[in-house]
Amino acid sequence: MAPAIHFRSVVALVDGYPVLAGVDLDVAPREIVALNGANGAGKTSLLRACAGLLAVSAGRAEVLGTDLYGDVRALRRRIGLLGHSAGLYDDLTVEDNLRFAIRAGAGRPDRVGAALDRLGLSGRLRTVAVSRLSAGQRRRAAIAVIVARDPELWLLDEPHAGLDAEHRDRLDGIIADAVGRGATVVFASHEAERSRALATRTVTVAGGAVVDGVLPARPGPPTSEAGDGAVAPAATPGAPFPEPSARHAAHVA
Amino acid sequence: MWRDAVLVAGKDLRVEARSRVTTNQVAPYALLVLLLFGFAFDQDHRLLVQAAPGLFWVAVLFCALLAIARSFAVEAADGARDGLRMSGLDPAGIFLGKAAAVAVELAALEVLLGAGIVVLFGSDLRDYGLLVATAVAATIGLAASGTVYGIMSAGLRVRETLLPLLMLPVLAPVLLAATQAWRAALGLSSDDGWQWIGLLATFATIYTSLGVLGFGALLEGA
Repeated sequence: MAPAIHFRSVVALVDGYPVLAGVDLDVAPREIVALNGANGAGKTSLLRACAGLLAVSAGRAEVLGTDLYGDVRALRRRIGLLGHSAGLYDDLTVEDNLRFAIRAGAGRPDRVGAALDRLGLSGRLRTVAVSRLSAGQRRRAAIAVIVARDPELWLLDEPHAGLDAEHRDRLDGIIADAVGRGATVVFASHEAERSRALATRTVTVAGGAVVDGVLPARPGPPTSEAGDGAVAPAATPGAPFPEPSARHAAHVA
Repeated sequence: MWRDAVLVAGKDLRVEARSRVTTNQVAPYALLVLLLFGFAFDQDHRLLVQAAPGLFWVAVLFCALLAIARSFAVEAADGARDGLRMSGLDPAGIFLGKAAAVAVELAALEVLLGAGIVVLFGSDLRDYGLLVATAVAATIGLAASGTVYGIMSAGLRVRETLLPLLMLPVLAPVLLAATQAWRAALGLSSDDGWQWIGLLATFATIYTSLGVLGFGALLEGA
């Protein structure tokens, strides 16, 4: 089974500067990979390259079986990216933002209500303009967009930042549930303890390259104390990648 | 492409309806510009009537700059442009949707400004067909070219000042043709105003084609 992410000697430049300088990384389907590293190590750039937002200049780069040198428009619909910014329209309500994102991404509109409920944004908050939300509520709204889209690959940059304890735990449960449905998750975090508890593998990034954890290395399912969904087993070192869900298989095929 | 265009246009118009920037800021600004032109030419009412078509289109041009800057400012705020790219929408559809939303806003402002030149300057609207045809062709050209230059400057830190510098020279033919056509439509010249529609239509076609074909690359580079 093809890896969800397969990078070999990947280089990416921003204004001529190599933000990714020869990245090697394999991520198996249904893995939860935590990216660790100092500020400026290249974690965000790696996530953006995986999303097809940062152009790859050299090396071999495939995500969900799609070559990143080709047309990545269809691939992007299969990926959910949570960046440092919420990526929402300030003047639209939380619900308007979700409905636009779902319709734009050819998702299922009936998932909007459930996603809002899951992030505690139902009721009055759903009709509030995003500009009037607190930082934590904006973060939850941005996560709700990804939950509603239900992508195959979740790329999360500091997903717990700005969230209170209750919603951090809730997010861990959401991630575990997504992996249980066949998704793959890669997230960058500075919170070592929470990362270790959530991830099936930790990858260290430094100087724009992966310096530790290139290949799927740690067996066993992800463990999230707050996780309330079934979690599929993660990849085992040296073993074939686990069978994906029917939804994922249809896309990869 | 068309579905994506309708979706993006609907979103942009909803953003404008909620923020009320067009109604509360751009429209009063447009009327203020007309009023100031009126004060400037107050000594000579005949000259004011003669200059009314040009003043109208200069005011429309200023409003277009504001509307286009606003259209891309909402995408720049809070990383919304990344969300748009990640949605997988057809870039041509995004271009057409954003241009259509700008065109709708400009059309509403043109109605307001048209009433303004009648009330404030005493202009006499005669050839309604020519007036509307000119407005439609010029508005499409303004919106399409503005959307192309808007995305070109969107990723730059100096976009607020760069956009007018890029656009104003390019829009000179639109200003010239629309003014001449309106002069004929207001009975201020004996020229055949319809001959200018061809220039406006050509301009609109060129920039709409450029946008449909090139917006994807410009969006990725922004």
